[in-house]
Amino acid sequence: MAVRQQGLDRSIGIGAPKTGEATATTPSPRKEGKSTSPWVAAALVGVSVLFLIPFLWLLAASLKVRSEVFGPELIPDPFAWSNYSQVWRIAPVLRWFFNSVLVGALAAGSVVISSALVAFGFAYFRFRGRGVLFGLVLATMMLPGAVTMIPTFLIWDYLGWTNTQVPLWAHNLFGSAFYTFMLRQFFLTIPRDLFEAARVDGANYLQVWWRIAMPLSKPALIVVALFEFKASWTDLLRPLIYLSDAAQFTLPLGLKTLLDQFGAHGIQAWELVLAASVISTIPMLVLFFIAQRHFVEGISTTGIK
Amino acid sequence: MRASIGGGRPRSRGQRTELFWALLFLSPWLVGFLIFTAGPMIASLVLSFMDYDVLNAPSWTGFENYMELFRDENVMQSLGNTFFYAALHVPLSMMIALGLASLLQRAGRRANLFRTTFYLPSITPAVAVGVLWFWLLNPQVGLVNRGLELIGIQGPGWTTDPAWIKPGIVLMSLWGLGNTVVIYYAALRNVPKELHDAAVVDGANSWQQFRYVTIPQISGVLFFTLIVGTIAALQLFAEVYTMYFRGQASGVSDEARFYIIYLFQQAFEFFRMGFASAMAWLLFVIILIITAIQIKFSKRWVYYEGETG
Repeated sequence: MAVRQQGLDRSIGIGAPKTGEATATTPSPRKEGKSTSPWVAAALVGVSVLFLIPFLWLLAASLKVRSEVFGPELIPDPFAWSNYSQVWRIAPVLRWFFNSVLVGALAAGSVVISSALVAFGFAYFRFRGRGVLFGLVLATMMLPGAVTMIPTFLIWDYLGWTNTQVPLWAHNLFGSAFYTFMLRQFFLTIPRDLFEAARVDGANYLQVWWRIAMPLSKPALIVVALFEFKASWTDLLRPLIYLSDAAQFTLPLGLKTLLDQFGAHGIQAWELVLAASVISTIPMLVLFFIAQRHFVEGISTTGIK
Repeated sequence: MRASIGGGRPRSRGQRTELFWALLFLSPWLVGFLIFTAGPMIASLVLSFMDYDVLNAPSWTGFENYMELFRDENVMQSLGNTFFYAALHVPLSMMIALGLASLLQRAGRRANLFRTTFYLPSITPAVAVGVLWFWLLNPQVGLVNRGLELIGIQGPGWTTDPAWIKPGIVLMSLWGLGNTVVIYYAALRNVPKELHDAAVVDGANSWQQFRYVTIPQISGVLFFTLIVGTIAALQLFAEVYTMYFRGQASGVSDEARFYIIYLFQQAFEFFRMGFASAMAWLLFVIILIITAIQIKFSKRWVYYEGETG
């Protein structure tokens, strides 16, 4: 469910860029005094193992031969690398992968630009009714996606755009309530004098937004893009509603059809389903590890400001 | 400040230009709000009083769909399943996340590494989570029961015994609490050290510090995650749909049929758009009521400082 995922992303958004990390430099003296107690270390390691084992098991099982898939071993005995080439053969996994990348990039790109525009409108301008309008933005965050899901489907159906990928991202052209909220908070931390100075130099408001506000907000924009990309990457409900042609599928829907075909109700070729699960997970993990660096960079620039 | 923007031009004209620009910036949201929020809300409300199967013209049925909500056992059961899940998932994930965040705070330099570890499951695609946990929870071969066996516990039939389906789903959901950990960890680091020092001077032990300093200081964040987490929990879909549903329901799926799953089936498998719209509005009303209650009670425990940071 889109709103559901946004909800989850939302919760991260609040904590990650501002409240926590921006001030992370300040309380550093705290950790100097105490060294990590062995109990704390043991607990952390223990919990980490619990969190990581499912990944290891998944990876291992995806590389096992069919008869041994459900053994507890975390290292496959004969390594069945062919599971992956077989998934590649039986399903257009590469196609699904590119579909997911494309839809995710369009979703993230459009939501960053549109939400940033709207957020700047709320952060910079003072006009009557601003409070009410902004309240309305916040109120829409509580609306469950189910309420608008059916009429939205009917709109896209009427336009003849079902079974295309457009309905998976095009609503993002109009901003998202949560990201608007988040970016507005961010814009409010930028000294207003910077905008006024640009105005005095003859920039119009769009230029102020694009040349001053946007570059200064890069860390927040990256965070928004990442969260939206992730939400899009993992979304099942929208593709399920809108897509029927396997060539259009994104990875989650492709994986679900593989599961139904080869897993629970099918020929029980679980090693293939698990290999496909790995394929759908790894790009997200890779992105996370690449972006973590950006994330930290973004955070430090915010801290400097 | 305003005067400097106007740059000597008549004030009213400057204001008018500025209003024009403001509306320009807000226009994506204004248009989107009309097309994708307000319009569909009205349409869905109207549809909820109709029968509509997409192929034939809609027909007015008055309150029939709403009456059926309360007659349809599946609606009531899916609502019960959903409440059961939310009632376990929300408090458990908040408590465990807070515990892990507190541990992170004491982890020194390695905190970021552990934070990453906790966070990884929450970026795993929901369908992959469903596939993975369907097997982790398998009563015979799953790692969960094998692990329990190691400590001498005979694990239940997480995916086969109707009584254990939902607890199994809660267990799966707890694997994904990493983003809450990240939020709490950030909040904990924002608690001013002086407050703890003052509490120590006053003779507070660590539990008292936690209870009377930490909790009030991060209560705003706790409240936020409570609201957002509850709304999200009531809309659980992808993981469970992956695990237990394929087209028509089968097997143990009565116990796993959550509200949004049933709504989705009614709308897009049986094309009962009117009935599904009524279901959506019932959910909306439920969310509003629960959120209102949470906000009302928040005044007793959420502490807002005039100015933080």
